[in-house]
Amino acid sequence: MTDLKIWFVILCLGIGTYLIRFSFVGIMGARPLPGWLVRMLRFVPVAVLPALTAPLAVWPAATGGETDPARIAAAAAALAVGAWRRNVILSVFCGLCVLYLMLWLRT
Amino acid sequence: MTTRPARSAVLTGMRDCIPFTLVIMPFALLFGVLSNEAGWDLLQTFFMSVVVIAGASQFAALQLLQENAHFLVIVLTGLAVNLRMAMYSASIAQHLGGAPLWQRAIAAYGLTDQTYGITINRFTMFPETPTPQKMAYFFGAMAVICPTWYALSLVGAVAGQAIPPEYALDFAAPITFIALFAPALRSLPHVAAALVSIVISLLFAWLPYNLWMLLAAALAMGTGALLEYRLERRRG
Repeated sequence: MTDLKIWFVILCLGIGTYLIRFSFVGIMGARPLPGWLVRMLRFVPVAVLPALTAPLAVWPAATGGETDPARIAAAAAALAVGAWRRNVILSVFCGLCVLYLMLWLRT
Repeated sequence: MTTRPARSAVLTGMRDCIPFTLVIMPFALLFGVLSNEAGWDLLQTFFMSVVVIAGASQFAALQLLQENAHFLVIVLTGLAVNLRMAMYSASIAQHLGGAPLWQRAIAAYGLTDQTYGITINRFTMFPETPTPQKMAYFFGAMAVICPTWYALSLVGAVAGQAIPPEYALDFAAPITFIALFAPALRSLPHVAAALVSIVISLLFAWLPYNLWMLLAAALAMGTGALLEYRLERRRG
């Protein structure tokens, strides 16, 4: 792992990521999008974030990929509270409380 | 930008984001800790958090660099992880698209899971807000989230070694993601989309380069949109 490679990765990943972020908001402006696309976009959060989360919750890197009851319970708590109370911070708080409680009970 | 409604929108955006700093702090700290363990110097850690400012892809790139993966594989993996931001960009363009280009260019830089999640909740709640105030709100969110990310990456790198694994910092990020989508589970199509997203991501987690994420997202979006369309048609 050379220093040059690290810098090059940072630079290329940074530029590429910026272009991804800029894509629609920068180029499309306020031009109206087709109705079917707007409908699809309303599902972006519930389509992307669960996929990003599920493997991390079921096979957490911290346990070497082994399914961990504490992390499953924490994820379930965050999901239940978030869906029920519609409150993001409360959801995070309850998820972390369950996680630390379970980890503490185990020790 | 100095009108009173815009200034108050900036402050509202900042205020709404402050609780979220508690959530991204552990994530940023962890990145600092891990990059320090990988032998990066402070400038590299700081520079990456400023230039890339996308946690999941930073972790992925860090991991692959340590495995001495090919340069192209590392960058493409990081970009694949970040492709979801194209969808955020399209979604937020519905609200910010009318702003001047220079403002949109700055906003694009600060488009993250957190700023997107927080602002889209607000914009969905108050869709009639004028564009300048929406942009001001977004800038307020950026002004809190971005510096927190830079600073805590650095703190993590400096204080690094002392954080014991039993604090389970690894799981702050997944809990954040869950908290950001759970409130959106307000209709059957939304729940169906989330279920498809979870099932596909678990079934195809063996796919390389996080490709499963894009597959799951595309199928979930299709499922949600199609189901919603069918239900609306049946109701007439």
